Amino acid sequence: MLAMDYRGPKRVRAVQKPMPEIKHPQDAIVRVLRTCICGSDLHLYNGNVPDTRVGSTFGHEFVGEIVEIGADVTKVKVGDRVLVPFNIACGECHFCRQGMFGNCHESNTESTAVGAIFGYSHTAGGYNGGQAEYARVPYANVGPTIIPPDMDLDDAVLLTDVVPTGYQAAEMAGIQTGDTVVVFGAGPIGIVAARCAWLFGAGRVIIIDQEDYRLEFARNYSYCEAYNFKEMNDPVVFIKKITDWMGADCVIDAVGAEAAGNTMQTVTGRKLLLQAGSATALHWAINSVKKGGVVSIVGVYGPTDNLVPIGNMMNKGLTIRGNQTSVKRLLPRLIEHVQNGVLNPKGLITHRIPLEDVADGYRMFSAKLDNCIKTVLMPPTANQ
Amino acid sequence: MESTPKNTPKNPRIDPKQIKGWGIDADPKNDPTYPMRQRMNVGQDPDSKHRPDHLQPEDTEVLRSIERPNVSAVFGTPAPPTGLSGLIRRAAFKYSENEYKHWLPLIVADRVNVVEGIVGDLAHGKLPNIWAEKGYDMEWKHNRTAFITKLATIGAVTAGLVVWLSSGKKKPTKTVKKDYLSRF
Repeated sequence: MLAMDYRGPKRVRAVQKPMPEIKHPQDAIVRVLRTCICGSDLHLYNGNVPDTRVGSTFGHEFVGEIVEIGADVTKVKVGDRVLVPFNIACGECHFCRQGMFGNCHESNTESTAVGAIFGYSHTAGGYNGGQAEYARVPYANVGPTIIPPDMDLDDAVLLTDVVPTGYQAAEMAGIQTGDTVVVFGAGPIGIVAARCAWLFGAGRVIIIDQEDYRLEFARNYSYCEAYNFKEMNDPVVFIKKITDWMGADCVIDAVGAEAAGNTMQTVTGRKLLLQAGSATALHWAINSVKKGGVVSIVGVYGPTDNLVPIGNMMNKGLTIRGNQTSVKRLLPRLIEHVQNGVLNPKGLITHRIPLEDVADGYRMFSAKLDNCIKTVLMPPTANQ
Repeated sequence: MESTPKNTPKNPRIDPKQIKGWGIDADPKNDPTYPMRQRMNVGQDPDSKHRPDHLQPEDTEVLRSIERPNVSAVFGTPAPPTGLSGLIRRAAFKYSENEYKHWLPLIVADRVNVVEGIVGDLAHGKLPNIWAEKGYDMEWKHNRTAFITKLATIGAVTAGLVVWLSSGKKKPTKTVKKDYLSRF
């Protein structure tokens, strides 16, 4: 089968790989119909996530058709079209039973700080991802959710990560009616977080980024104010100023380790990997929220050599507030929102690229070329 | 290995329920992680360490965090540790996730693994197409001026370094004739 293949920082290609196999009675094999490149994949692509091994296949956003099931799979059957949440969760452990599907204890042997994620390094469990024609999906009784017959596959694939993560970012921000919400990062997650902030009753939503085309997209998609931090002397002072010198009620960090905007952070965090990435957005978030406010982190941070393991804080779901998204918990509500037209996930998609050209897709998204917001990869077998 | 903490005279175990005011504000609605977790204390869950019925057979080498007693019920198997990078990874997994000695060697192993990947390609008669793998066609199409400037800068810096380093080698090495006889 054709699959994406990681060769090193900023080097990927599409190659033939062996078909995935059933390795556990609750496994299923899925023929991938749509898969995306996520902003989080760029941390892998840039070589910033430890234990990202050459030969890995990325991709934690995918939908597909079940083609094979293990002996214990009862919730889905061959032929079902499913959206696959990016977390791999057993549904039975202590954490899953509390709805913390993003923190499952029975799917990642190699790390306790991070739950298991499809195609997201061995630190996140060592699973191959969905940027392939076929994918192994463990715990098929838990994660895969049958796509409603009236739902577009393009909407469905964005419900595997982007939309739930943006929604949970807003949820974790503890928004109260009338609150001013600031979102750092106008990538797909930030745009959805800004859109979802309204669903929680925000009174004002502001998004900050450095790319004018993304800010324009956010204005139109999320109905929010959008500002370019390159036009400010100091984004924290700017936010204080426009919030009557109080600070925002809630701030969402939808950037993570690849933040621009501070030379020292860029050098030490992004280039030298001496800390958990560039924490510029996190600094801005903590400094621009009002006293007693809430900071919600969904941006990914690495676990390397800095004083505060903020990446572990996010991955483990500690307070401030941050977590990998428990997609399964949110899906019923989000499917309802999509069906009622409250949310329009496929409106985020700007590019559709054949899986064979995966390297071009990564470069385009990574370098923000051609006004790219969200890329969908199409495996050759998707239209069979 | 860490030993289980024991009661000592300095650290006596006490029943928290004996502490005045204990739990007086334990209102579940105050839980700051709500609604990420549902209300369930470990004490109320008779089966809090429940595991799935079946365990995936360990038929390949799986490195394991020392912060957990056993292998998770399922795990990924795409790239078992091999070669020099594998040696480094195995060494890294002797340390907990709490230590830099775990994470930093993994980053180093990743870089070594990249070289191993190129060697592996060549060994299989495949010449890596770095231009295509880096998606430079897209840079050429959508970002040509900046791309050319970037390549030119890298080329100039590289050429400068080469010239600087090679010019150093041309300097005649100063040899000191040792005149042992004059010392005596």
